[in-house]
Order: sequence, then structure tokens, then C-alpha cells
Amino acid sequence: MKERLYLYTRFERFWHWTQALLIIFLLLTGFEMHGTISIWGYEKAYIWHVYAGFALIVLTAFGIFWHFTTGAWQHYVPVKEKISQIIHYYTRGIFYGEPHPFEKRPDQKLNPLQRVAYLFLKVILFPLQLLTAFLLLFYEWWPHLGINLNLQQVALYHTAGAFAFLFFLIVHVYLSTTGKPWYSHLKGMFLGWEEIEKN
Amino acid sequence: MVSNWCRCTSCHAGYGWKDKNFDLSQEEKIDCLVCHDTTGTYKKFPTDCGYPPLKDKVFAGKKLFKAVNLSFIAQNVGRSSRESCGKCHFFSGGGDGVKRGDTDSTLVKASRKLDVHMDAKGLNFSCATCHTTLAHQIAGRHYDTPAPGKRNLALPKDEGYRLKCESCHGARPHKPEKGLFDWRLIKLNDHTDKVACQTCHIPFYARGKPTNTYWDWSTAGRFNNGKPIVEKSPLGPPSYHTKKGTLKWGRNLVPEYFWYNGTFSYLLPGEKVEANEPITLIKPNGSPEDKESRIYPFKVHLGKQPYDPQNKLIIIPKLFGPKGSGAFWADFDWIKASRAGMAEAGLPFSGKVSFVETVQYHALSHMVAPKEDALTCASCHTRKDGRLAKIKGVYLPGRDFSPWLDRIGWLACIFAFIGVTIHGGLRIVLARKSRKED
Ligand code: HEC
Ligand code: HEC
Ligand code: HEC
Ligand code: HEC
Repeated sequence: MKERLYLYTRFERFWHWTQALLIIFLLLTGFEMHGTISIWGYEKAYIWHVYAGFALIVLTAFGIFWHFTTGAWQHYVPVKEKISQIIHYYTRGIFYGEPHPFEKRPDQKLNPLQRVAYLFLKVILFPLQLLTAFLLLFYEWWPHLGINLNLQQVALYHTAGAFAFLFFLIVHVYLSTTGKPWYSHLKGMFLGWEEIEKN
Repeated sequence: MVSNWCRCTSCHAGYGWKDKNFDLSQEEKIDCLVCHDTTGTYKKFPTDCGYPPLKDKVFAGKKLFKAVNLSFIAQNVGRSSRESCGKCHFFSGGGDGVKRGDTDSTLVKASRKLDVHMDAKGLNFSCATCHTTLAHQIAGRHYDTPAPGKRNLALPKDEGYRLKCESCHGARPHKPEKGLFDWRLIKLNDHTDKVACQTCHIPFYARGKPTNTYWDWSTAGRFNNGKPIVEKSPLGPPSYHTKKGTLKWGRNLVPEYFWYNGTFSYLLPGEKVEANEPITLIKPNGSPEDKESRIYPFKVHLGKQPYDPQNKLIIIPKLFGPKGSGAFWADFDWIKASRAGMAEAGLPFSGKVSFVETVQYHALSHMVAPKEDALTCASCHTRKDGRLAKIKGVYLPGRDFSPWLDRIGWLACIFAFIGVTIHGGLRIVLARKSRKED
């Protein structure tokens, strides 16, 4: 039996997709500045990276506000139940058509593994990346702010963060295809409505 | 200069600077007209110890030096100009643009493309607009003391010290033409504490006349059937000259970059050096740790010079003089020229002459190109062959990275990609199988 659920509000979808585009763009321009790829040239890559970074900060500020005012932050509180079943599902069950052990509901949209992954993303990776970004941006002001670091260290942390984002992106994009049918999660993220299988 | 007085002093200013006993502080021996002539007719005879010709005279059998009309010139003294300063400074090293590569006669009627400040139709600066003078102390680097003045806007109290780019432009010179805010210009300003203005604004040197880049004295003194040889290089100046040896020239050259605090180290006459080639004659001082040092552009000049292998000394040969004096340009014998030259300099000579490779560096500060020709970000911020490829002591984004971090990062991402591809592949294959079984 299938049920149609409204899971993602309009703001949530806007936030998700804008963030996705900005992060992909930041990865491209960032790796261009890193010297790995060449698309736009250093100068444009640098300027656009800075502007895209600011855009992401503004978006994140709205995102944080939204999470707290709507209580959506509660979706990220880690829980212990069913973790081993979910791991079993992704390593075996999924290949044999077994049902997902976790049931998505508007009041618990994220499965326990997702909770941990997104919590890590939000409280570790984002802050690390934003903090190092600000440090790099205001490099010239360090002596006046009493910051005693060197550019290389900070740049390396920022690069490590970029790799972590890229890693996340690869896995995340793949996992978005594990719905039934494969595009059902994607469709949900676009339209807000997702068809969920009921056991 | 030692032992070649009457030739060199035609520029190194003074009247009758014939030998090493000349007193540089005697005012009546200072030549005023060489700087303050505005008529352009004041010329010195090249080999007359700093005196102008008072009668018509012929130099080297070819060039006529007309007698100078001193009273006409004296009625027309005035401020120095690019032409009057250039009479010496453009020709240092013995010819137009030879020595420095950023100061040559094309600056007299410079275009904006060549030099934005001395652009004859634009700002039209004279040399002294930057090389400001206080009672004839001309601002500029003086051998081992850096050029005076601080690296910020020159206020009236700093009068006389307006030489540095920052004296006129300030340390954060890039401002948006319209609007208040341009992050790119802010970032350019952020560079000026480590990267000198000249580094970005003199993208190429020798943009006027070709400059000498290599000078091999060891081949000098060859004759063709008793006649001196002069072979022209494609750029114009000689590639071989019996008096000078083998020469190489360049135009539109890419500078080399070094940390530089405004002072140089010189190999002093009489200072012993091993023939570990090349021997550095003049090199900029500076390091990334030193707050006064920044990255500057330099002309690199290579050469092959006579060397005394026994005393381990660079030889100062006598070049100019009459036949029989030992002067190389008269007798063409390195041993004799070395003996005569070293004797005048008061230095020992073993009687042996070999040739060693030498290198010297000249800081570039002239021929500031228009702003649209300034270096682009990617000329430095690039993995391979950037302008600053050899500069140490900075983390230069785009050039520098940690190979370990990159390796781990890419491996992790590639594993993730391979992992999900296999996972997805299995899902597809097994789903098909179970559909068939149904
Ligand atoms: C835009 C300003 C400016 C103008 C115009 C200018 N100079 Fe300079 N010049 C400099 C600066 C800056 C230096 C480097 C001083 C330093 O830091 O040592 C310099 C250095 C020099 C040096 C010493 C170079 C060396 O390597 O020892 C000479 C000689 C010189 N200038 C001659 C001239 C002459 C001749 C003219 C006119 C044709 C002229 N300059 C015009 C700014 C200027
Ligand atoms: C004596 C004062 C003075 C000094 C010293 C000086 N400048 Fe300038 N410079 C000017 C003035 C005046 C202008 C024209 C106004 C402007 O564009 O800001 C100018 C213009 C420029 C421009 C813009 C040219 C364009 O494309 O229109 C550049 C680039 C520049 N200067 C670089 C330098 C550099 C590099 C140095 C040091 C070697 C230097 N300046 C030293 C006065 C000075
Ligand atoms: C990292 C390279 C870099 C350095 C270092 C640098 N500049 Fe520039 N500068 C540029 C570029 C690029 C432009 C052209 C900017 C634009 O697109 O308008 C420029 C433009 C200028 C202009 C013209 C500005 C205008 O608005 O017309 C002046 C004047 C100038 N620079 C002076 C300086 C001086 C003085 C310094 C040293 C204190 C300096 N620059 C250091 C790259 C540099
Ligand atoms: C002449 C070479 C040169 C050019 C041209 C140049 N840079 Fe740099 N850049 C450097 C050097 C050297 C450093 C390291 C400075 C330091 O450690 O303080 C640097 C550092 C940086 C940094 C990191 C430190 C900071 O201040 O944030 C950024 C970002 C940067 N450059 C951007 C640019 C951009 C954008 C341009 C072009 C508009 C540019 N650079 C042009 C040499 C250059």
C-alpha cells in the first residue's frame, strides 16, 4: 500500500536546492583555485567563490532561523533505534527487495543514520568550513585581530573540509536514488510530496 | 671605473676626474650643466675625463662632437629633464639600455604603453618628479642604504622623499572607479605588504630598447685579418665586438623575482671568491621573515669575466688608455690589461687570467606599464611555471598544496564513487534477476 505524504515545505525545498547548487559551485571554483581543474581562470574563480560563499552564509542564516522557528531542528537529534537493521538493509536487504526498516513520517523525516550524518554535516563540517573561510577572507586583518596562525594551516583545513563535502555529495547523490522507484526521493525533494510504501 | 677614469667620468659626474685622487667634495669640480642644460647641446667628449669639447672633435674616427657653446647653455639652465638625466642613465653599461633594461632613451618620448608616468602626452613626469631632491641629495637607493621615505603617502613634512610608489599612491592604491566596493581591488591591496608594486606593474622589462643579458669578455680581442670584428645581432646591437666579446640581448623579457629589502650585497674589489660558478657580483638582500622585504622584479645579467685563479679575485682590467699602457682596448692582451688594472686598483695580480661565470641582479622600477597590462592573478596563482614559482616563504594559493592531503582526499572520494557504483550496479543486476524469477 502506498501513501502520499507532504514532507518538504516550500522553504525547505528552496533551501535544499539552493544550498546544493551553491555547494557544487563552491567546490568547482574552490578546486579551480586549488589548482586541480581549470574552468574560469583563477581570478573569476576567486571572486565568484567569495560571492557564492557570502550567498551560502545568508542562506544558512535563513536556514538556521527556519529550523529553530519551526522546530525542524528536532529531526537531527540522534536516536539509537534500528541502526543495526538499517545497516543490514543497505548492505543486504536492499539488493533483495526487502522493505526499508524505517518509516518516513512528517514528524520523523530522517532515519537514524541520516540524523547522525546530517548532524555531523551541520555542527562540524559547516562550521569548520565557514570558520576557515572567514579566516582566509580576513587574512590581512589577522595581525590586528591578534590571530596568530599561518595561511597554509588554515588553507589546508579548508581544503580538507572541501574534500569532506565532495565525499558527502557523492554518497548523498547516490543514496537519493535508493527510493522505490529510484526517483521517488528526488521527486519528493522537488515537489514536496513523496509516495511512501506502508507495511 | 678604477683605471678607466677618463672614460667613465664622462658620466660619473665631475670635471677632470683623471685618477683616483679626485676629490668628490670639491664643488667647483661638479658639473652642473650635465643635469641642468635644457638646450640639449651640452655633450661631453666620451674620453676627456669629464670635460665637454671646447673645440669640434671627432670620436673614434666617426662621430663629430661639436664644440659646446657654454654661454648659450648657461643662459638656458633649468630644471633637469628626462633628457638631461638620461644622457648618462640611459647609457650606463656603455650603451643605450645596456645595463638596467628599464631605463633607456625611449623614455625621452615615452608612450603610455611604455611608461605611464613619463608618458610624454600624459603625466609627462621628469625623473626628478619621483627622484625628488633636497639640496641636491637625490632620493634613490644609495648602494647599501635603502631609498629613503616610508611606505605610505608622502605628506608635506616628507618633502624630498617621494620616490616610492607608495609616496604618491599610498599602500592601498586600488580604488573602484564607480561604486564603493570591489572585492578584487581590495584583494589587490592586500597583496602590497608582500608583493611590491613593481612586481605586478612591470610585467615585462626592456620594452624600449633591447638590453644586454649576457656579456662574455673571454672572447674579446679577436681580429679578422687584423681588422676588428663587429657582428650584429637580430635585435640590432652587436652579438660580437672585438673590444667587448660575445653579447646577448633581449627585449620584452620576463623579470625574475626575489625577496628584497631595498639593499644589495656587492662583491667588493679585492674580496676573495671561489670560482664556484656563477659568482654573484650584486645580489638583493631580503627574506620572507624580514618585515621590510617584499617580492620585487629583477633583471638578471650573466657574464664571463676575467678572474685571477691564484689570488681568487675578480680582475678589474684596464680597458681604456693609449697603446702600450696595457689598456685592453689598445693592446688586446688580458694579462697586460689585468696587471695594469689591478696595479691601479692597488690589488695583487698573480699573472694568470681565467674566465668565470658571473651573475648580477638589477631591481626594476621604471617602465611601469598601463594598468590593463598589470599581471593577472593566474600569472602567480598557478601550479606550474608561475611567475613566483621559485619564491619561498609564502603559501601561494593555486601553486601550493599538501600532496598528502590531496592524495587522501582524492582517494576517499574515488573510493566513495567506486563504492556507490558497485552498490548501484548490484541493485540493478539483482533487481532484474528477482524480476525474472517472479
Ligand atoms: C615613477 C617614479 C620614477 C620616475 C619617473 C623615475 N624613477 Fe628612477 N627610480 C624610481 C624608483 C622607485 C627606484 C628604485 C629606488 C629603490 O628602491 O632603490 C628608482 C631607481 C633609479 C635608479 C637606480 C637603479 C639601480 O638599480 O641602482 C636610477 C639610476 C634611476 N632610477 C634613474 C632614473 C632616471 C634617469 C629617470 C628619468 C628618465 C628616472 N629614474 C625616473 C622611480 C622613478
Ligand atoms: C611622484 C608621484 C608618483 C610616484 C612616485 C609614482 N606614481 Fe604612479 N601615478 C602617479 C600619478 C599622478 C598617476 C596618474 C593618476 C592616477 O591614475 O592615479 C599615476 C598613475 C599610475 C598608474 C595607472 C596608470 C594607468 O594605467 O592609467 C599605475 C599603474 C602607477 N601609477 C603605478 C606606479 C608604480 C608601480 C610606481 C612605483 C614604481 C608609481 N606609480 C610611482 C604618481 C606617481
Ligand atoms: C598583485 C598585483 C598588484 C600589486 C602588488 C599592485 N597592483 Fe596596482 N594594479 C594591479 C591590477 C591588476 C590593476 C588593474 C586594476 C583594474 O582592473 O582596474 C592595478 C591598477 C593600479 C592603478 C590604477 C588604478 C586606477 O584606479 O586607475 C594604480 C595607480 C596602481 N595599480 C598602483 C599600484 C601601487 C602604487 C602598488 C603598490 C603599493 C600596486 N599598484 C600594487 C595589480 C597590482
Ligand atoms: C605577483 C604575483 C601575484 C599576483 C599577480 C596575484 N597574487 Fe595573490 N598572492 C601572491 C602572493 C605572493 C601571496 C601570498 C601572500 C601572503 O602570504 O601574504 C598571495 C596570496 C593571495 C591570496 C591568499 C591570501 C589573502 O590575502 O587572502 C589570495 C586569495 C590571492 N592572493 C588572490 C589573488 C587575486 C584574486 C589576484 C588577482 C586579482 C592575485 N591574487 C594576484 C601573489 C600574487
